[in-house]
Amino acid sequence: MRFAELRNTEGELRAFQLRLGVAGFAVLVAFGLLLARFIWLQVLQHDAYRAKAEENRISIVPLAPARGLVLDRNGGVLARNYLAYTLEIFPAQVANLEGTINQLAEYVDIQQRDRARFRKLLQETKNAESLPIRTRLSDDEVARIAANRWRFTGVDIRARLFRQYPRGEVASHALGYIGRVTTRDQERLEEEGNAANYRGTDYIGKAGIEASYQQDLHGITGIERVEIDAAGRGIRSLSRTAAQAGSNVTLTLDIGLQEVAEQAFGERRGALVAIEPATGGVLAFVSMPGYDPNLFVDGIDPASWDALNNSPDLPLNNRAIAGVYPPGSTFKPYMALAALELGKRTPRSTIFDPGYFVFGDRRFRDSRPGGNGTVDLYKSIVMSSDTYYYMLANDLGIDAIAGFMQRFGFGARTGIDLEGEATGVLPSPEWKMARFKRPEQQRWYAGETISIGIGQGYNAYTPAQLALAMATLANDGVMYKPHLVSHIDNPRTGERHDVEPQLVRELGLRPEHVEFVKRAMAGVAKEGTSARAFAGAQYTSGGKTGTAQVVAMKQGEKYDESKVTERLRDHSLYIAFAPLESPKIALVVLVENGGFGARAAAPIARTVLDYYLLGKLPKAAARPAKVQEPPAESDAESD
Amino acid sequence: MEIAGIPLRRVRERLGEGIDGPLLAIALALTAIGMAALYSASIENAARVAAQLGNLAVALVAMWLIAQVPPQTLARLALPAYAVALALLLGVAAFGEVVNGARRWLNLGFGRFQPSEMMKIAMPLMLAWYFHRREGSILLRDFALAGLMLAVPVALVARQPDLGTALLIAAAGFYVIFLAGLSWKVLVGLAVLALAALPPLWGMLHDYQRRRILTLLDPSTDPLGSGYHIIQSTIAVGSGGIAGKGWLNGSQTHLEFIPERATDFIFAVFSEEFGLIGNLVLLALYALLIARGLAIAAQAPTLFTRLLAGSVTLIFFTYAFVNMGMVAGILPVVGVPLPFISYGGTALMTLYIGIGILMAIYRHRKLVQT
Repeated sequence: MRFAELRNTEGELRAFQLRLGVAGFAVLVAFGLLLARFIWLQVLQHDAYRAKAEENRISIVPLAPARGLVLDRNGGVLARNYLAYTLEIFPAQVANLEGTINQLAEYVDIQQRDRARFRKLLQETKNAESLPIRTRLSDDEVARIAANRWRFTGVDIRARLFRQYPRGEVASHALGYIGRVTTRDQERLEEEGNAANYRGTDYIGKAGIEASYQQDLHGITGIERVEIDAAGRGIRSLSRTAAQAGSNVTLTLDIGLQEVAEQAFGERRGALVAIEPATGGVLAFVSMPGYDPNLFVDGIDPASWDALNNSPDLPLNNRAIAGVYPPGSTFKPYMALAALELGKRTPRSTIFDPGYFVFGDRRFRDSRPGGNGTVDLYKSIVMSSDTYYYMLANDLGIDAIAGFMQRFGFGARTGIDLEGEATGVLPSPEWKMARFKRPEQQRWYAGETISIGIGQGYNAYTPAQLALAMATLANDGVMYKPHLVSHIDNPRTGERHDVEPQLVRELGLRPEHVEFVKRAMAGVAKEGTSARAFAGAQYTSGGKTGTAQVVAMKQGEKYDESKVTERLRDHSLYIAFAPLESPKIALVVLVENGGFGARAAAPIARTVLDYYLLGKLPKAAARPAKVQEPPAESDAESD
Repeated sequence: MEIAGIPLRRVRERLGEGIDGPLLAIALALTAIGMAALYSASIENAARVAAQLGNLAVALVAMWLIAQVPPQTLARLALPAYAVALALLLGVAAFGEVVNGARRWLNLGFGRFQPSEMMKIAMPLMLAWYFHRREGSILLRDFALAGLMLAVPVALVARQPDLGTALLIAAAGFYVIFLAGLSWKVLVGLAVLALAALPPLWGMLHDYQRRRILTLLDPSTDPLGSGYHIIQSTIAVGSGGIAGKGWLNGSQTHLEFIPERATDFIFAVFSEEFGLIGNLVLLALYALLIARGLAIAAQAPTLFTRLLAGSVTLIFFTYAFVNMGMVAGILPVVGVPLPFISYGGTALMTLYIGIGILMAIYRHRKLVQT
């Protein structure tokens, strides 16, 4: 090999060095480009990238707040929380769910209902992180799973607060229940802009107070900022804002009264709503049969769900606010008041009751064959004369009746603090026009007015409406909105929010008219249709029996209770208030298919009033109320 | 003081012979930065740093040995090295082992070996030697032949497929051809031709290679797949800011968001913790290294040494630019380490051999033989 001789020309070297220069320049340009990029990333876009790095690094872990308690007016606990261990599966991490569950069943008791419930939850909650396969594990089971924890992926034991309703079915329709947040709940929360506060919350109120006071009971979700690595493992806690427990909700409900009322129903179906006339506070809220809200807490298993849903007794129906019934004769005191107020009758004017009322070619029968003879207004209520009110309805006309009854709240939602209230029907030509399609159906016939007078016909009201009307009358025409909640306490701040009585309207009734009707209702209990039920009462009360037809009787057909199947029997109603002079309680009792009002409903009213006014426990119910204890191995949680 | 009867002064003199102080200082400074970054990238794993120190010791020995070799010896090695490397590449194509879907490895019985690594050094040697041989009468024909000598191995490596290494080999060869004086007209013509060839070339790329390029244009299209590297490394760089988060304080690094933190993406670690200021220091060190290398090339006595020194220097630049550009999200993800910084014995060895070559050329700048 020859090495560069000196003939190596200057030119060639210069050309090479020029090329080196070009290369050097290219290097500078390339480094300049890098520098520009660095400045762009690290100076100009620094804030954005710093934020992204923080986002990478920090995971916000929600801390679910403890749900508020629900208490009765005397502080008795109706809904509380307790800590228990659950066995949970993270469906996203488990390939073979069935296999994993079978494997878990070797260590803990997993029933068919647990599996069914798990499948149901899986369907209802699409993006839940984890779902319980078993709740309320015993210490033994926790230990067994913990020892074999390594065999499983996507399975964990968690300590969770569980809702418990210590009194079981008592007041179930007032309390309602909570259940797992479903996909639909999630969508609603997002619409309401509440989704953020529900991160980490698995349960939400589904019915009753639990649903309508969900916001107060829920509390404020805390957050923990946790540093995580790329695999999502938590490294350390950076900061923690504790969750704020939900507020405790105290009801106006008297749970003693509630229990007495429910026991008075026994196995019968029906509803009872008792209201404090001067405030609108609901003292008892019964819809029978009830259900055990504890069934819903961990997600109800399909078998129990089917049993509740398919029972002919419709235990999930909240009869007190969603059931509509004709008021029957309990409508008469208001009709009487309308007659006085509108000047159509005076207390002294009388009619003759032959046992029927003829309108055109139709004959309206009195429930008392042969009639009551000469009947004045007082007697019309005490003896419950149908003929008197057929005539009165005819004289008043449907427009006057509807106009007057509307003021008592008939046919309108009472505004009680529960969801799912029905409107009912206050019949009027306008209502009929809107209700029906065909012109011949839309017309109001004068004959239809007649049976409206005795609370039949199209009349259909919820027990809550009847109770509100009774309370309004007892309170001399001053109507307060019925409400179940007395006050809400924030355990954090100690703040107490009282639910003030909310005046709906003052009816402006003449005091002597109100006084007259009240006295007549007192007559019902003393010497009238409910005298037997109220025999020997140590207080004065006003009342009115009612019998609501379930099947319309054909013209001339006679209703014979023994011949009608139980489900088609008349509903038995009783409205009452007591004491007469300054009423502390107004109520409605409805016993489905209970027959004559005086027989089924009035004794229940008597029992309830005896307890509320005298503290007297009915003999059958003298045993102490059964209170369910939380499982022994868990710590009761009080807030 | 004496070591084994030899005065220490003599030992130091002998060891210092042929060693270029500035070049060594720059390389060691870069390596020191690499150690610091590695300690952080390995989540404060001292054993990893110790291993790299071992690699450094071996690499320094290799550098020292190469620095002692006269350039003409290197020239003599050029053809055999190229021939062996090419034969091995053909061997890989025929019976290479497939690892991770790429046929890059040759099983030698005692271990696996990537012939493409060898080609990285053999290519500039070969071309520099060839042009040196043709010196004084270099015709376009010679460039064409050089182009062929370049194209065959590049095509073989690209087919393995290993686009990153193919590009580096192509760059090394191209630098020699460029410095040898291929006329600007032809260069421009080739550039135009290359642009025209892009669409058919695109068609020849593997799916994953296309995806890498597409991902570069918009990393968010594939945030969990191939876009993840770019997204996380740009976040690391950007969140570093001007002064950086401080050594060992990079959250992207320490929470393991940066993939391949110790090797190809170590620049993201460095940049996150030392910020723009650190990047400037790094760029300055590379610029100094390149300037020193180009100066050595400019002073080199023969065409062979000039071309070799220029090519080796520009390869340092290419490594640094491609790697930093990739981490900063302006170049596609190709497996190119950051010179002197990335963890890895082979890479460090190759780099210090390059430094040794430059030193040998510098040492023999005045030796002119006939």
